[in-house]
Amino acid sequence: MPAESMATPEKSYLEDGGRFRGLFSWIFTTDHKRIGILYLTSVFSFFAIGVILGLLMRLSLIEPGRFMSERTYNSLFTVHGVIQIFLFIIPGIPASFGNFFLPIHLGARDVAFPRLNIFSWWLYITGGAILILSIFLPGGAPDTGWTFYAPYSIRTTSNVSLAASGIFIVGFSSILTGLNFVTTIHRMRAPGMKWFRMPLFIWSLYATAWTQILATPVLAITLLLLILERSFGIGFFEPLKGGDPIMFEHLFWMYSHPAVYIMILPAMGVVSEIFPVFSRKNIFGYKAVAFSSLGIAFFGYLVWGHHMFTSGMSDISRVIFSLITFLVAVPSGIKVFNWIATMYKGSVRVDSPLLFCLAFIFLFSIAGLTGLIIGTLSLNLYLHGTYFIVGHFHYTMFGGAGFGFFAGLHYWFPKMFGRMFNERAAKTAWFIMFIGFNILYFSMFLLGLQGMPRRYFQYLPQFRTNHILSTIGSWILALGLLIMFGNLIRALFRGEKAPANPWGGSTLEWTLPSPPSRENFRETPVVKGGPYTFG
Amino acid sequence: MHKGEGSVDERHLDYAGAKMGMWIFLFTEILFFGGLFLLYSVYRMKYLAEFHSSAAELSVVLGTANTVILLTSSLFMALSIAFLRKGRRGLSLLFQLITIGLGLFFLVNKYFEWAEHIRQGIYPDSPVLLDMARGKIIFFSLYYVMTGLHGLHVLIGVTIIAVMAAFTRNETIGPLDFVKLENTGLYWHFVDIVWIYLFPLFYLIT
Repeated sequence: MPAESMATPEKSYLEDGGRFRGLFSWIFTTDHKRIGILYLTSVFSFFAIGVILGLLMRLSLIEPGRFMSERTYNSLFTVHGVIQIFLFIIPGIPASFGNFFLPIHLGARDVAFPRLNIFSWWLYITGGAILILSIFLPGGAPDTGWTFYAPYSIRTTSNVSLAASGIFIVGFSSILTGLNFVTTIHRMRAPGMKWFRMPLFIWSLYATAWTQILATPVLAITLLLLILERSFGIGFFEPLKGGDPIMFEHLFWMYSHPAVYIMILPAMGVVSEIFPVFSRKNIFGYKAVAFSSLGIAFFGYLVWGHHMFTSGMSDISRVIFSLITFLVAVPSGIKVFNWIATMYKGSVRVDSPLLFCLAFIFLFSIAGLTGLIIGTLSLNLYLHGTYFIVGHFHYTMFGGAGFGFFAGLHYWFPKMFGRMFNERAAKTAWFIMFIGFNILYFSMFLLGLQGMPRRYFQYLPQFRTNHILSTIGSWILALGLLIMFGNLIRALFRGEKAPANPWGGSTLEWTLPSPPSRENFRETPVVKGGPYTFG
Repeated sequence: MHKGEGSVDERHLDYAGAKMGMWIFLFTEILFFGGLFLLYSVYRMKYLAEFHSSAAELSVVLGTANTVILLTSSLFMALSIAFLRKGRRGLSLLFQLITIGLGLFFLVNKYFEWAEHIRQGIYPDSPVLLDMARGKIIFFSLYYVMTGLHGLHVLIGVTIIAVMAAFTRNETIGPLDFVKLENTGLYWHFVDIVWIYLFPLFYLIT
């Protein structure tokens, strides 16, 4: 029940900035909601840069050589990847919605370590700034691809060390956020908020946070070694000095594969929140969805080798890695089927958040099924290093995590800003993006099957049609993004006032006014049942 | 983690929460060093004989001395926490200062050890080292990186203990609120434990 019965309306967190005024009341805040908004804006600013770089890359591919040089193209795909992965998707949902809604979902006033929380944002922004700086400083933007594979990353003269230290710092921020979330979930739950009464979004954040904690340090040490390699020539990854470049790949993917689940799990959590609300029906198989998050996080540590099937590895380890890769499909499948079962016989209301979720299921299923194709050892040998891989991970990361993010953005926008957006514009944007997305990335599957290698600047004539198709798709997608963000930004200023509970949700954030007050709850709520009360 | 003043919320401390945060942070530290231990084990498998012969060139005396120093410093760290809890502020402060002294002593030893190798021309990418067998290059690179990173942690630890000493002096921490010092202790013991692994892996495998 919304607690609308307030005699004296409290100031919302947007008006009450605490000790400071103006800009300082944001960048020095310890309020988890303000930090969430800080992340939301910075994450989407970096996303915009990443999108522009991606569009430029696609532009070059319709007529290689006409718009830019090979060197520029190499930098474009490197920086595009680095920004979208380390500055957009990884912090994305956990740092923005996680920060905003984790304490509210638990019935708490803030996270366990509020100062550490704003410190994490500062680290994130500093790392991001260093990364952006590496594009412009003399030496040139990194041109290694986002994976920084040795030995090329050791030998190139571009600003790899600077970019790596930027990522190192961002990684630190990610670790601290994870640490903060795990401690918060363990220590800050309101009375009666038992583990199995937590919203599923929290379960997914919990699994994500552990992954951030356990995987990111490995990336940190790998990048540190890369920097030391470049500045002191320690030789760990340099064959001439007795080192082994394959070890770099192992260390890199030991982090970067679990990181894939850092990216997708929170999106799955968002979707698990939205389906019950818009189906007016409790989630099908609460515990199965909760545990499958942990299952995905667990298997995520054991499959890094599938990125290296063609790098040089014994057959037996390749078979084992391939087998475990297939096992990841089990918890993922559980989730997809449970979301669909949640809608079955529900009274489904097709609003924009649900549309994004449906797109999520569709795109993520394609991503997952093509993931099985490239997880198969024999097929991987043909498809490795082709556009098929590019298509696959864009379906996962953008179609999955990205659309999940947008779903959450529409779902929680009224709560975060106290304004409603234009529903028709949101639906139009969704439709255009969905079409553009599939044209853009599905043609990459076809290109990959035809044998087009990824990251190539130039290509043979037979690939031209699909490349042009893909680039046209990128324009349609960009148009959709423009409409979506335009609609939301307009709503910030012109939108109607949002009621406390516009969608009829049953988790704790909907009991608060939109936007919530600085202290969240006037008095600590006492939780008496599960998160979804639709029957 | 939590620091003194701040809003009402931050004031009431969650002891278990603060400890938990620190333990999780130490997990991440283990994984951070874990990457290096992984590289160590792979390359030692690959260059077994050369690792053993290179290890003979390190000074067991200095290594042993440093082990003793660090272990003793951990004892004093633990004592300083125990005395702070009992309200014996002065003794706690004294033991913290001794811990700092021992930490610095460790670093001085380390400095002499490194300086000696560097005088012989053995450091990463040096012409002398690059002339040697590949296993030896890797051994000494690992030696420099792992003990260097450990040394950096000792330095950070010393700095944090110095801050704690200041806190103890101006009564920011005390018998009722000692979790900061306890967490510092956890960090210091972690640094100690890493060294306990580094010592045999580099000095005693001859």
